[in-house]
Amino acid sequence: MTDPLLLIDELTYAWPGEQDPVIRELSLSIAAGEKVFLAGASGSGKSTLLALIGGLVLPDQGTIDISGQSLNTLSRSARDRFRADHLGVIFQQFNLLPWLDVVGNVTLGCHFSALRRKRTGAVRSAAEALLKAMDLEQRLWHKRADQLSVGQQQRVAAARALIGQPDLVLADEPTSALDRDRRDAFLSLLFREIDRAGSALLFVSHDHELAARFDRTLELSELNGAACHAIEAGA
Amino acid sequence: MTLLSLARGSLANRRFAVALTVLTIAISIALLVLVEQMRSEVREGFYRSVSGTDLIVGAPTAPVQLLLYSVFGLGNATNNVSWQTYSEVIAVPSVAWSIPISLGDSHRGYRVIGTSAAFFEHYRYAGQQALALGEGAALNDLYDVVIGAQVARQLDYAVGDQIVIAHGTGNVSLQAHDDQPFTISGVLAPTGTPVDQSLYISLEAHTAVHIGWERGVQMRGRTLDPERARAMAEQLQPDSITAFFLGLTSRAAVFGLQSRINQYDGEPLLAILPGIALQELWRITGFAEQILRVVAGMVVLAGLLGMLTALISTLNERRREMAILRAAGARPWQIASLLVLEAAVVTAMGIGLGLLLAYALQVALAPWLLARFGIAVGLTWPALWQWLVLGGIWLAGILVALIPALMVYRRTLADGMQVRQ
Repeated sequence: MTDPLLLIDELTYAWPGEQDPVIRELSLSIAAGEKVFLAGASGSGKSTLLALIGGLVLPDQGTIDISGQSLNTLSRSARDRFRADHLGVIFQQFNLLPWLDVVGNVTLGCHFSALRRKRTGAVRSAAEALLKAMDLEQRLWHKRADQLSVGQQQRVAAARALIGQPDLVLADEPTSALDRDRRDAFLSLLFREIDRAGSALLFVSHDHELAARFDRTLELSELNGAACHAIEAGA
Repeated sequence: MTLLSLARGSLANRRFAVALTVLTIAISIALLVLVEQMRSEVREGFYRSVSGTDLIVGAPTAPVQLLLYSVFGLGNATNNVSWQTYSEVIAVPSVAWSIPISLGDSHRGYRVIGTSAAFFEHYRYAGQQALALGEGAALNDLYDVVIGAQVARQLDYAVGDQIVIAHGTGNVSLQAHDDQPFTISGVLAPTGTPVDQSLYISLEAHTAVHIGWERGVQMRGRTLDPERARAMAEQLQPDSITAFFLGLTSRAAVFGLQSRINQYDGEPLLAILPGIALQELWRITGFAEQILRVVAGMVVLAGLLGMLTALISTLNERRREMAILRAAGARPWQIASLLVLEAAVVTAMGIGLGLLLAYALQVALAPWLLARFGIAVGLTWPALWQWLVLGGIWLAGILVALIPALMVYRRTLADGMQVRQ
């Protein structure tokens, strides 16, 4: 068995100034190129988990390793660089800088990471190839991002996350703003490009209908000790 | 630089609000620059007019007043100097030349000055420049008048035109010396000094038109007619003049002669060094200038605070953008520096536009200054220290932006990739 791409071990975190941890003793691992569905209702700590994996905050306890690199041992700016180098992120919506054109939004990550720029090669043509792969017509490429429909914007966001073949793509309910047909089409395009880039995907959503299309499904409420407590306390 | 292009995109996105901020700063900069430019230009303009004269002598009054009425036509003389005294003073060996002037008449608001041929020969302005006739000739006939360039232009006069001069100065219902009309014999080339705003007649003519006016109004039957006046021209030497300008053989003699004149026994006199009287004038106006400077400085401060307000008001709408930039790998300092860059660009544009505005206003004000004071205001490049002040304002704009930048820095750290509600 190969080393996992993402390895989280006994992770606990509470936001500063708050007593109760949002994440308690959470462990999970994802292999390279694996597409994992992480089911979680809002408020179950998924945004916090993504912030931890992204290296924006440091765990109170436990470890996060990505590609063999422990985030805990990196300084804040080193974690920022690591995120820029190795991760792609897609949010639920409002993924794009509204005043920047589509190509500019896709290449945004390359501004902040030399490694990513190097891996991408010709940044502009890579961006255009990804946009084409995500079914975005050429006439849209130089429009301002806020002139696109929500579905188009999400596909641009996927292209941005994928540029430069990141090791891992974090997707935070990227389909929740889409209707069913668009959602399925979006997933198909995303999967195809994830496979082409060889990235792993951690896809967080509460929409269980999608789970079947992934390699593996995880329940955040089962992994997160804090969520169990919350449920027990509520019961 | 990619941060700069991001800052530019963000600014372009808010172009209306940004344009208003730039305009606010531009107006404040324009005021600041205009105050300084006008100050130095007006000073330079005044100095041009007196730079060739060593001493100005008149009846005792405040030195500034003597300077203002004798050179700039502002205010009036309180008393005259007798011809006898004048003759004695200019007989002193250190006097190289002298220009007598008699004031009190005007033509359509412009001063008519009685003087001698020495004026055209010896008067110097802007360093060592002599007067030159643009057209026509100097004074020949008793009723000849030579007019300044601006008078000719404004009133559309040419050599050969006949004019009548009025008794007194000002512009309203003056009695005219209409029985003795003058003919324009020459038009002086422009000097950018009050000379351009004046008309020059001979002292004899000045005397001739005032015969019969001893009580301040025209006494019918006692005045001269032109033919009789021409016949008796040799006897028209004035009893007194308003003031006179002196040029000395050496600058070193100035202070000695000044104190000798001020202690003259025959008649109380005041001799002034025009440069020193100007200094005194600037001391008087200096207070007002300081106030203007302070006001201009306050307006600049208000402009920068306006920019600060505009920046802070964008922070909430930027929160989402910050999260996007964070997710794309931007470090907090890079996001914070976007605000600083924006402020630097906005302040720089404000300063640039402000300079343009100041120059436009200066161009617009120049004709008025020329007409009102005979001061030619040129467009000069701001002095080095002014550039330093503008540079300082630019830095202040950047410093001001550190406040929202710090807020952003803290917020990006706290927010992570998500906008926390």
